[in-house]
Amino acid sequence: MLIDVENLMRSHRLPHIWCPGCGNGIIMKAILEGIRESNLDLDKTVIVSGIGCSSRATGYLNFDTIHTTHGRAIAFATGVKLAKPELNVFVITGDGDGAAIGGNHLIHAARRNIDLNVILFNNNIYGMTGGQYSPLTPHGKFATTSPYGNMERSFDICNLVQAAGATYVARGTAFHTKMLIDLIKNAISNKGFSFVEAVTMCPISYGRRNKMGNAPDMLKWQRDNAVNVKAAQKMEPEKLAGKIIIGELHRETAPEYTELYEQLIARVRKGAEGDGQ
Amino acid sequence: MRKAQLLQGNQACAMAAIDAGVRFYAGYPITPSTEIAEFMAENLPKVGGKFIQMEDEIAGMAAILGAALTGVKAITATSGPGFSLKQENIGFAAMAEIPCVIVNVQRLGPSTGGPTAPAQGDVMQARWGTHGDHPVIALSPASVLESYDITVQAINFSEKFRVPVIILLDEVIGHMREKVILPSPEELTLVERKRTNLPPAEYKPYEADSTRIPAIADFGTGYRWHVTGLFHDENGNPSGKADTIHKQGIRLLTKLDPYLEEITLYKSYCTEDAEYLLISFGCTARSAAEAVDMARSKGYKVGLLQLQTIWPFPEQLVKEFCTGKKAVIVPELNAGQLRGEVQKVITNQTLSGVNKINGDLITPEEIVMKIKEVAGQC
Ligand SMILES: Cc1ncc(C[n+]2csc(CCOP(=O)(O)OP(=O)(O)O)c2C)c(N)n1
Ligand code: SF4
Ligand SMILES: [Mg+2]
Repeated sequence: MLIDVENLMRSHRLPHIWCPGCGNGIIMKAILEGIRESNLDLDKTVIVSGIGCSSRATGYLNFDTIHTTHGRAIAFATGVKLAKPELNVFVITGDGDGAAIGGNHLIHAARRNIDLNVILFNNNIYGMTGGQYSPLTPHGKFATTSPYGNMERSFDICNLVQAAGATYVARGTAFHTKMLIDLIKNAISNKGFSFVEAVTMCPISYGRRNKMGNAPDMLKWQRDNAVNVKAAQKMEPEKLAGKIIIGELHRETAPEYTELYEQLIARVRKGAEGDGQ
Repeated sequence: MRKAQLLQGNQACAMAAIDAGVRFYAGYPITPSTEIAEFMAENLPKVGGKFIQMEDEIAGMAAILGAALTGVKAITATSGPGFSLKQENIGFAAMAEIPCVIVNVQRLGPSTGGPTAPAQGDVMQARWGTHGDHPVIALSPASVLESYDITVQAINFSEKFRVPVIILLDEVIGHMREKVILPSPEELTLVERKRTNLPPAEYKPYEADSTRIPAIADFGTGYRWHVTGLFHDENGNPSGKADTIHKQGIRLLTKLDPYLEEITLYKSYCTEDAEYLLISFGCTARSAAEAVDMARSKGYKVGLLQLQTIWPFPEQLVKEFCTGKKAVIVPELNAGQLRGEVQKVITNQTLSGVNKINGDLITPEEIVMKIKEVAGQC
């Protein structure tokens, strides 16, 4: 299996830093499959990440990669894409990185509809720092900073990003890898801001504290609690409580930011000629 | 040469950036720097460049770094509160050695302070605003023409040395209008970052030769390298090993050492026979120059050293200029940030400051008063 994506990886960097049973490797592999099957020019593909366990993925990927500061991957990626629109630009982020400290950049990039492919590894926790609650930790769940259960409500990050203007929004899981690869391929083919929430598992900093069992148990939980969006549309809202809705959640067409900017340049330059300047 | 024109310091800075090849601007509006963003929004598309107003200053800083990695010269502009927000990513630029220029049109702080009030209180923030030991260059112009020249220099330095370069403008120089005759862009000497000529398989992004500055590869050209804010080895791979960290840390710290003379920009006025030396920079250097004339007309032999390079602090230069002087006075619009640096390098001279942090300028008369007071004691 790994052999398919071997040339997309910096194999000499292995072994990776992730714990046994961590879901990050599955999501990373799905991204690479998506890139491979989309036949992207590997020399023209840039992957940008923030800070967190998930964001360490860029170190293992054989592209131009930036492992930026916590929460800022999308802002760096915006600079990359706008400066050189011919590049395919991906962002790897976590639920803390993308939805908490980087939440502002996330919604504004969606609003601009800039052609980035953002994959948010949602393990419902701050993995790297040892298990503090994130904006995607469900209400009531335990974390080192919610020792009595999480008081806060969580975002539906897909709804948020859709409302902010993203033109492709999807959710997949580490269990449903085939679907996840397809969703990532669709994200790649969408000319605009694409967002894929990849539900993954952190057995060490989340699963254990919430008595979810080991990594296979957590994968089975994903299998048993995921509802395909098509099925979900026919279900009563009460039945969907606590479930994760997976599949393609939103797709629309809208002008893409860097294309608009190129048009702007053409217009301004033509105007300048017309003025005889 | 261009025709004479009446320009603001902020405009001159923005014009210089475009003339020096900047083709990317990302930032967030803040007084008294906003004219730079406005100029860029209007003029960058005319030369095929890109302007983007980001959602905050952190994003502005991040975006110029992303852009810079694709090979484009990139700049951002801000003022105190925004400069504070940019600090983490300025540290990233220092660590990952990404060329970039940050204009900080200083205003009175701390906090929202005095948005339109002049100040020079960011001397130390320019040096130590981000965590850890790291190299940085900070330059400060004292006129509209200097604003132009120093911006060109800043861009050249950032390209040559792969460090973040900070331009410490201030509200007075940024907003003041002066008649200037600017060079035409063709007359400028411009520097481009050193790009690798090795094939991708042999390229080590952080391997430095005797110049101490590694060669860069533009993103999208097949080198496929890794940029990280973690300590890293010559290949750019993160490393937690003490010896790798040490090697990288020492190279970073000493990277500018061979170039200190080249980086040190300054002007001097009437220092040859001076018994008393004023050291100043930015808008306050103008009052200081006036004070030199006034004091000399009253018989005091005073000279001025105007620092344009604030960081790396020009120790050698300051030492030389102070030698043989009876006293040294540092007028500045802060509580003594530059004076502290002067204190570190001088030995026998009495040192004093003229300081204000109330949003008013320091007048030449106030400096002359200080000269008289100091002379009385000598
Ligand atoms: C500015 C800043 N604040 C805090 C941290 C500490 N920190 C590192 S990773 C992280 C959370 C990561 O969580 P998430 O994005 O969900 O990634 P995961 O580790 O779960 O994959 C935090 C708070 C930091 N590195 N930088
Ligand atoms: S702490 Fe959790 S997210 Fe981080 S590597 Fe371990 S299992 Fe994965
Ligand atoms: Mg997480």
